[in-house]
Amino acid sequence: MADIALAPRRAKTEIREATAWDKLRHNKNWLGFWFMVPAMAFLIFFLAYPLGLGIWLSFTDARIGRVGHYIGTENYEWLWDDSIFWLSVFNTLLYTSIASAIKFAVGLYLALLLNERMPFKALLRAAVLIPFIVPTVLSALAFWWIFDSQFSIISWSLKHLGLITQNINFLGDSTWARICVIFANIWRGVPFVAITLLAGLQTVQPSLYEAATLDGASRWQMFRFITYPLLTPIIAVVMTFSVLFTFTDFQLIWAMTRGGPVNATHLMATLSYQRAIIAGQLGEGAAISSAMIPFLLAAIMVSWFGLQRRKWQQGESND
Amino acid sequence: MTDLPAQKADLKSILSTPARVDNSEGMSYLQSVPRRIVTLYIPLSIIVIILLFPFYWMGLTAIKPDDQLLDLDRYNPFWTWNPTFKHIHKLLFESYYPHWLWNTMYVAIGATVLSIIASVLAAYAIVRLRYKGANVVGGLIFLAYLVPPSILFIPLATVVFQYGLFDSPLALILTYPTILIPFSTWLLMGYFKTIPFELEECALIDGASRWQILIKIVLPLAIPGLISAFIFCFTLCWNEFIYALTFLQSTPNKTVPVAIVNEFVDGDIYRWGSLMAGALCGSLPLVILYAFFVEHYVSAMTGAVKE
Repeated sequence: MADIALAPRRAKTEIREATAWDKLRHNKNWLGFWFMVPAMAFLIFFLAYPLGLGIWLSFTDARIGRVGHYIGTENYEWLWDDSIFWLSVFNTLLYTSIASAIKFAVGLYLALLLNERMPFKALLRAAVLIPFIVPTVLSALAFWWIFDSQFSIISWSLKHLGLITQNINFLGDSTWARICVIFANIWRGVPFVAITLLAGLQTVQPSLYEAATLDGASRWQMFRFITYPLLTPIIAVVMTFSVLFTFTDFQLIWAMTRGGPVNATHLMATLSYQRAIIAGQLGEGAAISSAMIPFLLAAIMVSWFGLQRRKWQQGESND
Repeated sequence: MTDLPAQKADLKSILSTPARVDNSEGMSYLQSVPRRIVTLYIPLSIIVIILLFPFYWMGLTAIKPDDQLLDLDRYNPFWTWNPTFKHIHKLLFESYYPHWLWNTMYVAIGATVLSIIASVLAAYAIVRLRYKGANVVGGLIFLAYLVPPSILFIPLATVVFQYGLFDSPLALILTYPTILIPFSTWLLMGYFKTIPFELEECALIDGASRWQILIKIVLPLAIPGLISAFIFCFTLCWNEFIYALTFLQSTPNKTVPVAIVNEFVDGDIYRWGSLMAGALCGSLPLVILYAFFVEHYVSAMTGAVKE
């Protein structure tokens, strides 16, 4: 920060006073402001303003093509008595909790496996990340085809193995449809969890494991008392992201089931799209998506503070 | 750890080569081969096969003739001996698919370039100019990262409509940066922090302005970070769905993910071939890009999380 230290002194010794223009060009606060303008413009016009507007819309009766009038909490009262809305809340919570838990377990397991020394390690690591790279909708279409009611490859294989006699109606039956979308979500999310946790694992000192082996620790004990505690900060961040993106998932459901059968896989995001854009009830749709905000805040708080505390319990050595 | 004695012979060689820096082998010699097969190779291959199977299936369906696709009794569904390019041909020459690919590319590159420029300036200002309140702004940008598109699309649709951008690719180019800027700003902040401070001080003494420092010193040193941010943003744009679904209406203007979901799903029983061909062609550009920049992808993903 050499320029900061020099700025006032130079102003005194120089003959010419620093004009307002000079200040705008050289003062670090002004300079910082100029540098921030493009990013801030985007974030204010297309993020902060719509966020506020969305909450405002949820208190109006706006429809597509018609400016709404303030109607108080009528939209929310309406939703309170709407069983489909509560079903979508239940679905979202179910989807998020099951998918995140399994993603975490499988992702951590995969990360531990990939951390072992083996041939073709780099290639395997690259292959594992592919589901994360490919656009979600396109892989969801592949799952749609895999879970087809008549020509599903899974039904075919199980029939030829003699395990079932009739095709499974994967996306037509409520329970199966839920299982299928949760599976597809896990499939898509595991690589992200695994690769980020792998990056965390690689920072753990091998000497710790050597010391533990000398002390006679079992593999489970090594995981429980070395790997897991050292990994908690990164687990907190990864799981916060994972929960957040699972909770607000839209594209996977839309490509596979569009909320069907009989709303069994409607999440809050898909329901709000259906009500706001397809049915044109902007106000009601905005109320549904605003209703996600408290859940999101709660999820962020729980995973952030719940796991953050352990981070400073173990001192400053990591991070 | 019961099979320790089997490896006793190594002791002499270990003693004779002191201070071996490469300890990548670690303690893996403690595990026997059968044990490694059961605990490592079998679970790993099951997971990898499950992760990659949908792509195999996608590719296979795209080149299978229609009659084999639906006749599971006479043909083994897991392989085909007479591949056809009919589906891909139909896709490329009898549909708007090239348009959609071009739209996706155009939107992705436009939004990525805009966001990278904005993020470079913002990240540099937060990390190095340290103006008043820089930390608060940094925190706010991180919070912006946590705001999901599915909350924003309804109000954004009205905003886009008010600005007269509805059904125009420009709507996407201007709204995607809200997803990309927070991410790439945090990523680049991490990279800028690693550039030695002294370089900039030298340049300041030599009379360089902040702008010159950024262009001539900081950016060339941050090229790996820029590549990471660029390809990750590009992937996010390509993957984005809900904004494209909401803001675009006419068929030729759509992006690949939206177009495939809406235009190819027509109830035709023979649609699967072209549907999977469309999905495959829409994924290939990203997979090819990814194959060249694996390390940058990984560092982008982990870098943004570690911050």
